Amino acid sequence: MTNLTVKLPGLNLKNPIMPASGCFGFGKEYAQLYDLSELGAIMIKAATVEMRLGNPTPRVAETASGMLNAIGLQNPGLTKVAGEELPWLERFDVPIIANVAGTTTEDYVEVAREISKAPNVHALEINISCPNVKQGGITFGTDPLVAKELTRAVKNVASVPVYIKLSPNVTDIVSIAKAVEEGGADGITMINTLLGMRLDPKTGRPIIANITGGLSGPAIKPVALRMVYEVRKQTDLPIIGMGGVATVEDAIDFMSAGANAVAVGTANFVNPFVCPEIIAQLPEKLHDLGYESVEELVGRSHRL
Amino acid sequence: MIRQERMQVVDQKQIARHIFELTVQGGLTSEMTAPGQFVHVRVADSYEPLLRRPISVAAIDPELQQFTMIYRAEGRGTSLLSQKKPGDTLDVLGPLGNGFPVEQAEKKAYLIGGGIGVPPLYELAKQLNANGIQTVHILGFESKQAVFYEEKFKELGETHIATVDGSHGTQGFVTHILNELPKDFDTYFSCGPTPMLEAVQWAFPEKRGFLSYEQRMGCGIGACFACVCRTTKSETDYIKVCSDGPVFPAGVVIA
Repeated sequence: MTNLTVKLPGLNLKNPIMPASGCFGFGKEYAQLYDLSELGAIMIKAATVEMRLGNPTPRVAETASGMLNAIGLQNPGLTKVAGEELPWLERFDVPIIANVAGTTTEDYVEVAREISKAPNVHALEINISCPNVKQGGITFGTDPLVAKELTRAVKNVASVPVYIKLSPNVTDIVSIAKAVEEGGADGITMINTLLGMRLDPKTGRPIIANITGGLSGPAIKPVALRMVYEVRKQTDLPIIGMGGVATVEDAIDFMSAGANAVAVGTANFVNPFVCPEIIAQLPEKLHDLGYESVEELVGRSHRL
Repeated sequence: MIRQERMQVVDQKQIARHIFELTVQGGLTSEMTAPGQFVHVRVADSYEPLLRRPISVAAIDPELQQFTMIYRAEGRGTSLLSQKKPGDTLDVLGPLGNGFPVEQAEKKAYLIGGGIGVPPLYELAKQLNANGIQTVHILGFESKQAVFYEEKFKELGETHIATVDGSHGTQGFVTHILNELPKDFDTYFSCGPTPMLEAVQWAFPEKRGFLSYEQRMGCGIGACFACVCRTTKSETDYIKVCSDGPVFPAGVVIA
């Protein structure tokens, strides 16, 4: 029997596969399609203190082997996420990783404090990397010192382990990873989307109303993989890797590069059953590679 | 229930300029509950193009387990779709969204469509007629070359065609025809470009109407928040076109 379980701070995962934040709502839509208890965890859509209506449309645009989005953190706000969405998810035997976003340190602190009290929230993912909001978001994730201070502030109030979601839109992602580690982070999730744009070929006008959007999908996998590999070299913090994962081979790649678990984002839009399919294929794939457990596989590219 | 199925391509033909009619067969068909629902189609098994294409359903044949889509091949994705041949398979996710409430019509209904918004009105017209509702069809196209299903609609009821360039039927938009027609209907159903939907709902503020909206979509099932629109209910109220719609009562959506 191949052992798929993964033990990370706050998270006893039955398998290393989970949907990425922003690509799975609060689970309701996908719950029509399969039993969410099959998942290793669920990273729910970002919550902010107040409700956010997000950006004007168009909010998405397809690109070569990928897509751009600028949703703008639309969400019903902390009270509703904690009072309605999270209790609804309690029917499933699956740990929730709550994504926390904001425009000020105080925002992050308030959401982190309150949302970590929910019984099914086993960890927080602090979103310091959203490229699509005017204030906050990525501005916390591109300066090591700011990232460290925010990590510390959130750690002080959170009652569950804190994972920081890193932005790839930086010169040196390792320095940000080291900074959040110093700030007391329990883990890292990476990567968020890469800032990009697409133009209307006729008019030259940006397709996305926000002008720029975050690039995701298979197009960004090589970048994400490289970054996970680099960060793994410099830190022992747990990493939940993501960026263009669409197949079981992609998941194997991320774990080989050093990710302890893997999140699937855009692929959910293409194949809504992608997460349970990867989970089902994982034991045979590991076996074929000569591994008895996920943990044996993690980081193998560094041991060559 | 939403299903993902590899369906069999039964037939595909071009029926007007850039317009294709594609019929597929499979069990997913039996999940379709209302005209106006749509399917999300993967046009290639590769990452290119990556996302599914939302395509409207023009006719459903529950007995043969087949349904027909009509779409405009204009971009990369739909051009690839137009190359599918009988014997090929097609990855279909659906049925998605909420369709037209057929039961809301009492005696006589106006079905108002524009361009690629016309297809779902055909299955709607069939079901309304089966329920004994008289249907009048007012359909707008760019030009004569873009017109499709005129005869099929005529078999079901009075049919008026408008073309922007005047090469067929009335010159202008569907609203030009609507201005001339009696207002002796109880319900209208409309699908087409947003400006047309706006014009139609302002033309009949006193009538019961249902509009099918279009928006750029991501997932098609309500998870990604790409296709949201505000509503007239409150400053903070919104809908997702894909999963709350695409059909909404007139006067609700701010598109």
